Amino acid sequence: MDPIKIEGTPKTPTVIFDGDSGVLEIKGRSIPENAVEFYKPLIDWIGSYVDGAKDNTVVNVQLEYFNTSSSKCILDVFKKLESINGKTSITINWHFEEDDEDMLEAGEDYQAIINIPFKMIEMEEM
Amino acid sequence: MVDSGIILHQFEGEITEDILTETLRSVEAMLEEKEEDFKKSRKVYNILVEALQNLFHHTDSQAAEILNNGDQKKTAKFLLAAKNEEYNILVSNYVIKDNIPTLRSKLDKVNSLDKEGLREYYKEVLNNGQYSVHGGGGLGMIDIARKSGNRLNYEFEEVNEDYGLFTLIIKV
Repeated sequence: MDPIKIEGTPKTPTVIFDGDSGVLEIKGRSIPENAVEFYKPLIDWIGSYVDGAKDNTVVNVQLEYFNTSSSKCILDVFKKLESINGKTSITINWHFEEDDEDMLEAGEDYQAIINIPFKMIEMEEM
Repeated sequence: MVDSGIILHQFEGEITEDILTETLRSVEAMLEEKEEDFKKSRKVYNILVEALQNLFHHTDSQAAEILNNGDQKKTAKFLLAAKNEEYNILVSNYVIKDNIPTLRSKLDKVNSLDKEGLREYYKEVLNNGQYSVHGGGGLGMIDIARKSGNRLNYEFEEVNEDYGLFTLIIKV
């Protein structure tokens, strides 16, 4: 299966999910006016990844900003992952920049809703 | 409505996608230069993204029409000002009168909650499975209130029998 690779823009994050490595990266900022369109291909891709998924899947989220249009879409990505957790063992690494309490809290909010292990990773600089 | 301090950016007119993008770009560059507190500049930028995109979605869906006060219905106002260590963001747009009670009760609910209450409310709406056309699904004002850490000041002004002017002032 071909990996999904979406180049980042000033409003949308870089998204890379390579089925061979089992690593999903979402990196940058996510402030599009319409996030539903942006996240749909990734959610569809996760759906097809389940056949032949690696034993372990690592999700690295390293977002600087996201708007509320992205909030529900990111939750949908996590819910899609939650639905395949078991067929592959998933870990979500939620990165936040030192002192960025808003971003840490955002990660904790997802952690409270989603039944996948989260690791909160503080970084000096994103 | 408020003694907002030095005006850093202001806009009045119809918000197009290009104007939105350009405004966010220039305000971000200005904040980077002006604000030494990284946390604060990030908060202000985040709230601005939310408030301006909100403004864009509201006015974008409306048909063009001249109101009896001479204003174009799609006209929106935005102002960013700084006073001492504080930022004030004002956004203003015309809203259909029938939508005012819902908006008012949302804002009153948000203003009645403390930090933890807002967080719980945010999680509840995040996970309610309801989407608006652009995906936000009612999180905007909750997010703005959470990040600002202050009460949201707002008012509705009578324009005509169909429309009111909604003004929101956010203190960061």
